[in-house]
Amino acid sequence: MSFRTVEPLEYYRRFLKENCRPDGRELGEFRTTTVNVGSIGTADGSSLVKLGNTTVICGIKAEFGAPPTDAPDKGYVVPNVDLSPLCSWRFRSGPPGEEAQVASQFIADVIENSQIIQKEDLCISSGKLAWVLYCDLICLNHDGNILDACTFALLAALKNVQLPEVTINEETALAEVNLKKKSYLNIRTHPVATSFAVFDDTLLIVDPTEEEEHLATGTLTVVMDEEGKLCCLHKPGGSGLTGAKLQDCMSRAVTRHKEVKKLMDEVFKSMKPK
Amino acid sequence: MEGAMQTESKIRADSRTEPGPRGPGCSLRHFACEQNLLSRPDGSASFLQGVAEKSRERLIRNTCEAVVLGALHPRTSITVVLQVVSDAGSLLACCLNAACMALVDAGVPMRALFCGVTCALDSDGTLMLDPTAKQEKEARAVLTFALDSVERKLLMSTTKGLYSDAELQQCLAAAQTASTHVFRFYRESLQRRYSKS
Repeated sequence: MSFRTVEPLEYYRRFLKENCRPDGRELGEFRTTTVNVGSIGTADGSSLVKLGNTTVICGIKAEFGAPPTDAPDKGYVVPNVDLSPLCSWRFRSGPPGEEAQVASQFIADVIENSQIIQKEDLCISSGKLAWVLYCDLICLNHDGNILDACTFALLAALKNVQLPEVTINEETALAEVNLKKKSYLNIRTHPVATSFAVFDDTLLIVDPTEEEEHLATGTLTVVMDEEGKLCCLHKPGGSGLTGAKLQDCMSRAVTRHKEVKKLMDEVFKSMKPK
Repeated sequence: MEGAMQTESKIRADSRTEPGPRGPGCSLRHFACEQNLLSRPDGSASFLQGVAEKSRERLIRNTCEAVVLGALHPRTSITVVLQVVSDAGSLLACCLNAACMALVDAGVPMRALFCGVTCALDSDGTLMLDPTAKQEKEARAVLTFALDSVERKLLMSTTKGLYSDAELQQCLAAAQTASTHVFRFYRESLQRRYSKS
């Protein structure tokens, strides 16, 4: 009955020949991106990002912890990506599957490589007390390109985090938290992820949907900060790419960074100062 | 199963010359390879190159999946088991090389061979190929690439640290040159093996 169900790849190829995709986008066009910040009252920082139908929500909770023994003046940032059966039929409930673990590792690498926040800023008392930021990224709807959505959600949520002032009482050696005085985190860079899917070993399309990810012969994710420096070039196998094609991806990533930065600036400007 | 050909394995204890920004000649550490050393599996190889886990597994698996002609073996599972004997830096690249040699030894049909090359960039932008564990730790960025043998295209890449676009292209070009040496080594070691038996 439906050509699309019977021969999905052929169906896609017909569109790609005309340099467009079934949903009407061009090959280098992203889906409509929306971001909402600060909607979860119980979290210290939160954000909701929608890339077309893909929806990721990020909640950050700050707790106390002892700093690591080999780095006594640093805190922790612990990301966790949760892909549950809620977001797609592909996942089962239970321990995190491979895709969730890989996504969590990817986010951890982005945080580490981009130095988005200086871990020293999270230290309260060297060797004794530091902040631990638990970043939970929950996918509410998986329609492809989960890595871009997670990176964006994490960035927006971190910008939204407000940490209360903590002083160590010298007599009791206990921490005193002043909830009335809160300050934002110092976000040093703004890493933005741009994902591509490779079709038939040659064609590169940006921001693949879940169907496109399935049909693709390879994927590539580039994470770039505002100075054009790369924090991560994640290409987990798949068909080969020449240096020239990589260069095209870089230029697209630069444009995407500008788009995302503009969107974030608008959102944060529109938020009323507390 | 006989035929455990031992290639000469003189391991130079890390005393190679440091390459310049564009290292001339082969700036990779000495490597040795032994094939068919286990009797039970269909194919096996040990890869020594100079003196991480679900993520690494996935990278290796996806690289293998891209080159192996799976359509010729439907309803079949090909298991690649990699055991780290010792880690002296550039582990992922070594794993990729071992996986490729084992697949060749098993006679799995592939559309190309692949090899892994690691590049490290230190704080003043000097490029180092095939870094040791110490060099990796001190480097500003470490980039690992898997390249195919037909057109030296980039099959897999994973990077750590911050670097610019120009540095990426530089590392990729250096890796492509270095991969020629690795592929030549594959060919020589296979020729040696099959010429004797």
